[in-house]
Amino acid sequence: MQQLRFEKAVDVTNLEKRFGSFVAVNRISLTVNRGEIFGFLGPNGAGKSTTIRMLCGILTPDGGSGTVAGLDVRAQSETIKQHIGYMSQKFSLYEDLTVEENIDFYSGIYRIPAHKKKERKEWAIGMAGLERHRNTMTGFLAGGWKQRLSLGCAILHEPPILFLDEPTSGVDPISRRRFWDLISDLAMQKITGFVTTHFREEAEYCDRIALIYRGEMIALGAPRSLKSEESRHQFFDVSCRNPLVAVEAVRNLPGVRDAAAFGTSFHLSTESAQVAQEALGFLHRGAAPDAVMEKIIPSLEDIFVSLIETYDKSHQGVSEVNQ
Amino acid sequence: MIRKEFQHIGRDPRSLGLAFGLPMILLLIFGYALSLDVEQVPLIIWDQSRTPESMRLISLFSGSRYFTVVGGTAGYKEIDRALESREAMAALIVPIDFAAKVALGKEAEAQFFLDGSDANTATIALGYAEAIASAYSQSLSLAAIKKAGHRKGNLPVEMRARVWFNDDLESKNFIVPGIMAVILMINAALLIPLSVAREWETGTMEQLVSTPIKGPELVLGKLFPYFCIGMVNVLITIAIGRYVFLVPLKGSVVLLIAIAAIYLTAGLSLGILLSIVTKSQLAASQASLILSFLPAFMLSGFISPISQMPWPIRTITYLFPARYFVTVLKGLYMKGIGISHLYFECGMLCVYTLCLLALAVKNFQKKLA
Repeated sequence: MQQLRFEKAVDVTNLEKRFGSFVAVNRISLTVNRGEIFGFLGPNGAGKSTTIRMLCGILTPDGGSGTVAGLDVRAQSETIKQHIGYMSQKFSLYEDLTVEENIDFYSGIYRIPAHKKKERKEWAIGMAGLERHRNTMTGFLAGGWKQRLSLGCAILHEPPILFLDEPTSGVDPISRRRFWDLISDLAMQKITGFVTTHFREEAEYCDRIALIYRGEMIALGAPRSLKSEESRHQFFDVSCRNPLVAVEAVRNLPGVRDAAAFGTSFHLSTESAQVAQEALGFLHRGAAPDAVMEKIIPSLEDIFVSLIETYDKSHQGVSEVNQ
Repeated sequence: MIRKEFQHIGRDPRSLGLAFGLPMILLLIFGYALSLDVEQVPLIIWDQSRTPESMRLISLFSGSRYFTVVGGTAGYKEIDRALESREAMAALIVPIDFAAKVALGKEAEAQFFLDGSDANTATIALGYAEAIASAYSQSLSLAAIKKAGHRKGNLPVEMRARVWFNDDLESKNFIVPGIMAVILMINAALLIPLSVAREWETGTMEQLVSTPIKGPELVLGKLFPYFCIGMVNVLITIAIGRYVFLVPLKGSVVLLIAIAAIYLTAGLSLGILLSIVTKSQLAASQASLILSFLPAFMLSGFISPISQMPWPIRTITYLFPARYFVTVLKGLYMKGIGISHLYFECGMLCVYTLCLLALAVKNFQKKLA
């Protein structure tokens, strides 16, 4: 495969996709640098898969423009396919074929030259740790193995950009961890990774992340900078006997940005420490006399929840008008 | 792509069964059971006359291969019961004055009952019965003419019928070839959509469309293995027809195989087209059942002749490739005609195939929506 010269792995503006009257992806603009691990986060149905499919050339965008590997997403989608690896959330392997047969099949599809076939196959088997299962039916493999084999098949042709759509769903935590190590290794070799996930903790592995919600991108940046940006707000952990009741009680107090149940306690984010103290006093007088408050450094989870709540609050008026 | 598809089929006993087992079962069932011939109709007899004349008439029935005498009886009640219990399908009553009337040269009557619940069999059996009766009366008149002194007795008109192309009027001679049209359609229009739709359902199709493989490659890769299976089935059907059912193939085997290949490709393209449109195994197989299998069965002239259909339906038959193929099959098997008589059918099949294939390739966009 000839080497492509391109600056940005992904560079799109105002990408849009509609299904009927439903706007799945609403004018998303982003750039991904070479060799970067770019995390694409958001709840289910937010438009992550739709975006990734448009970038891979298997869905045609309804609006917007851009390039992947320097190639136009509209006009050159077939050429793009030669330079990317795509792994969908279903681990697209043929379960009734053996490990080796799956690899052989995909190396045929990607037109790996004959002299490289064996080397690439051994590499993929080694990477997936499947040396002892070459002739096992793929259907019998555990999730983590399937996932690594699927990754191996998607990058047999050594693409410079890799699109992974929820690669870690349905896989145990240890395999998930191992998988992210593989992605990091690939990034060291200047292979760009574009990864969607709904596991917030996975965002920590990414160089930069975008948060997508209801088809719109509501945050973009390095995990660290997102944290510091949001940390001008105050985050507290409040434990009490009945956090669900307490959340409802404080949610609409002035100055409270967000309150969300978090296990046996709830996380409260406010505009200032003053507001938090007032909220605590309010709880002591009514809903939760036993509440104990502690200031915390927010996790990405806190930040996402608070971003989404803010988005919902600011759009509530709009959607009510629409109705 | 092609090799993978073979591996799939080899691995999946159900596919394998569908690919080879089902056609064979169909062939055997239809070959043996769907005999439209009526033979050995069980016949019950009430001979009231009990004379040499009545015996002769009865012996004509029992001697014929179309009837088997299952018993004698005395009374309408028993005839009723026998017909109701399906012990007999027909009953012959020779009245008491039969011999006397024959002797006098009067019109002698014999009563014949038929179980009409199976209309087709009843019609055919009635035809046989009438033929036997008229043969009997002919022999009577002949005897009378001779008696009257003519040395060489002759009837005024005698029709000598000869059936061409299927001398014995054996239905298996056209059912066995006709079944090939149905078998190929099953192959084509049932297996391919299942295979394509399965890829959509498991998500492997999403993977495939994200790779640089070209659309036509994908379509042909899917098509080829099933084409091979279909052709193997053609050969098996020809062989079984020849050696098990002893159906003679009067025309050219090569021509038959060539036209079968075209027909098969048409069916396969239709199958692919359907599965591209429906994307689910269930929907695809149901659609193919309605659009390919039933027409191959009902509208091809295989079971009932096209010329007997009302004109709107007759027009519809032109839309399905099976019609042309069945015509070809009948022509090749029974008439032994050559390509010169089949230009229209072959041409239509080719056009049909090319259109469907082009449509399939064109519609197979490497896109999800």
